[in-house]
Amino acid sequence: MKQSQYGHLLTVLLTLIISALLSACGTGESNVTQGNREGILHYGNGAEPQGLDPHVVTGVPENHLIRALFEGLAVKNPITLEPEPGVAERWTFNDDRSVITFYLNPNAKWSNGEQVTADDFVWSWNRALHPETGNLYAYMLYPVKNAEAYAKGEVSEFSEVGVKALDETTLRVTLNAPTPYFIQLMDHYSTFAVHPETLLKFGKMTDRFTPWTRVGNIVSNGAFVLEDWALNRHIKMIKNQEYWDKDNVSLNGVVFYPTENEVSEERMFRVEQLHRTEGVPLDKVPVYRAIPESPYMQDPYLGTYYYLVNIDRPPVDDVRVRQALSMSLDREQLARTVMQEVVIPAYSITPPGTLGYQPPKLFDFDPEKARQLLAEAGYPNGEGWPGLDIIYNTNEAHRKIAVAVQQMWKKYLNVDITISNQEWKVYLNAVSQRDFQVARRGWIGDYVDPNNFLDLFITDGGNNNTGFANDYYDEMILQLAPRAPTEEERFAIFHEAETLLMQQMPIIPIYTYATRHLVHPSVEGMYPNLMDSLNLKYVKLVPGRKLPEELQ
Amino acid sequence: MLRFILSRLLQAIPVIFIVITATFFLVRAAPGGPFDDEKVVLPEVKRALEAQYKLDLPLHEQYIAYLTDLAQGDLGPSFKYPGRSVNEILFSGLPVTAELGFYALIIALIIGVLAGVSAALKPNTRQDYIPMTLAMIGICMPSFLLGPLLVLVFGIYLEWLPISGWGAIPGDKILPSITLGAAYAAYIARLSRAGMLEVLSQDYIRTARAKGLPEWKVVTKHGLRGGLIPVIAFLGPAFAGLLAGSFVVETIFQIPGLGRFYVQAAFNRDYTMILGTTVFLSTLIVLFNLLSDVTAAWLNPRLRAQFKGTA
Repeated sequence: MKQSQYGHLLTVLLTLIISALLSACGTGESNVTQGNREGILHYGNGAEPQGLDPHVVTGVPENHLIRALFEGLAVKNPITLEPEPGVAERWTFNDDRSVITFYLNPNAKWSNGEQVTADDFVWSWNRALHPETGNLYAYMLYPVKNAEAYAKGEVSEFSEVGVKALDETTLRVTLNAPTPYFIQLMDHYSTFAVHPETLLKFGKMTDRFTPWTRVGNIVSNGAFVLEDWALNRHIKMIKNQEYWDKDNVSLNGVVFYPTENEVSEERMFRVEQLHRTEGVPLDKVPVYRAIPESPYMQDPYLGTYYYLVNIDRPPVDDVRVRQALSMSLDREQLARTVMQEVVIPAYSITPPGTLGYQPPKLFDFDPEKARQLLAEAGYPNGEGWPGLDIIYNTNEAHRKIAVAVQQMWKKYLNVDITISNQEWKVYLNAVSQRDFQVARRGWIGDYVDPNNFLDLFITDGGNNNTGFANDYYDEMILQLAPRAPTEEERFAIFHEAETLLMQQMPIIPIYTYATRHLVHPSVEGMYPNLMDSLNLKYVKLVPGRKLPEELQ
Repeated sequence: MLRFILSRLLQAIPVIFIVITATFFLVRAAPGGPFDDEKVVLPEVKRALEAQYKLDLPLHEQYIAYLTDLAQGDLGPSFKYPGRSVNEILFSGLPVTAELGFYALIIALIIGVLAGVSAALKPNTRQDYIPMTLAMIGICMPSFLLGPLLVLVFGIYLEWLPISGWGAIPGDKILPSITLGAAYAAYIARLSRAGMLEVLSQDYIRTARAKGLPEWKVVTKHGLRGGLIPVIAFLGPAFAGLLAGSFVVETIFQIPGLGRFYVQAAFNRDYTMILGTTVFLSTLIVLFNLLSDVTAAWLNPRLRAQFKGTA
């Protein structure tokens, strides 16, 4: 063997590898620098969207994309969340506020230049509600007269549903009962209009899987139009030149990235491949907090993390046990340690400050009282405790919380708790079959109103899953609150209902969510709000700003 | 030879058929369905969805309908991604995963064979121990550790290489290929060392040396041919394994390949997607195994003689 032969080969190989490495060095201008110059926002969007059809898909990444491509009758102001004109330039109510007339902006255009008409909305709502479409968010339109009956196939003629086009730009909507949050729902994609001719070109009205949303096919009416969609790589949009308010749109385009892995997403942000991330890994939060002028943004979010309690299974069929469990949770400590202060302790189901509504706080961390309640229920100092199992879907964060809860209940009540993780669909199945004692749960609001949280627990509600049933509660939520003459009175009814709910405690609230994003200093107009609702129309890029030195 | 290939192909058909049938019924036996969600799906909506995807038919009719579509090359619509067919998703991800797998394999071969052969030439010396220890570490080190380590060193600390994406920025293919290839390089190193050690002790090598051939010629011309047969036999399953197993690497580096869809489909109970990817990958595995058997047979004079006799 001649050593030199191999040595030679190795040298050649090393040269090749090093030259490959070197050619990759100095990868040129970052996305952020280039984007700032060209007015293109690079946006970490969490996941590859299921699709872009407003009546078919659900989910947060989809929401961001669809609301960039389409616009509803009204949009939410990103600062106040109050409705402001979208496709409708104004709207009026009748005296008891059960009939709404929307006056559409005659300049509202589809991206092919055609006018957005009231008939387009009627056609689209028919599609959104039609039993064959299978729209998961059909219930968003249930406040409309006969909408629910139509969706369930009890009414077969759409003309009986309370939505009519009076002329090209006037849309009259008749509701079952006054619905104070109805205008807000007009900013939810399930109520958006789609372009009927485009859909019909590719199939029937109710088809779920035609290629109408593809590049080149899709016709939309929002601030941006779809330019490129590379599966699992990016979705590129450019400014819609037909958009009625295009003069107020600062960005020339947006590139959305499916950043499923938070750790990779954070690295992309650090090397300026992204202007904004969808999340921040929990263990990076303290690092970012310590940086002066940090790009880390944390804001309250309209969502509650809680434990469902199956009130028909012992030992939690006893309300005193449920109260004892809830009172012996040190939520402040949980939020501080396990959750790195990225959440806010919750003592009720509705997040505080939901458009001015403050939920009741009936209890505090009180291990003494909890032990007393447990003793009254027949388990003094945990004696005779039959055991309790918490289920959660497999996820590191859920596990950490369950372990902390398990330890607190052991420490303060001397009761043994088991925790079991289940694969996502198995867990969903167990919850819907009510095959659990305590189950992890989270609820993110679809619209900013206490009703969105409190109507979960009406008798036999699809998301109730606890066995909680109370006629007076149902009456307050379904009958009294919608008919309350003023907002104060309506909130007072919700407050009473929520008090009743938290006395019975079919759920153990744990924390209110917060959103976590990294936002590059060059981005302006990304206002924090409870819905994490972003209107890209308001976003501006200011070139020349750099990430803090600590991150470079 | 032809008969050998044909008989192997015929054997493959029942294998793939069993895979399809088992997968079809197993995914439906798993708890939870494709349309279960955290926010409850209204019964009327669920019925409509099941009707659109033919899930309201009796199971045997669904099975026959699936096989009929499959015979025409149609893997059906994805449940999770409405508007995309499984065929389309597969073919958008396959080139990326195949390219990644190919680079990983090339890296694995270059590093593995060099290390293995050089170790075999001086067994039980430092030249043997060092590469073989490294190979053991390579086999043991999971890609979810190696990937982030490489990213940290070359991407963030040295800033030499991009840390995510595929084909967007020059150089972004290097780290994922190395990460994926590392474990295979280690296997190949051990296989080629063992193969070479065996061959180098054979009589015909001694003859070659006795003839006065220079050592490098002995190794490259006579040694490698026999010594690398185990490596060749390993390549087919390895490449199939790279295609099916690139999930972790694709996730770390945000690569738009097949692996992510494959794994997520199972979590989503995306029946057609699970079936589509399983059928597709099992077909590939069968094909690559066949290919490596044929190559190994062609390389091995004894087997070749056997085929000449029978074909």
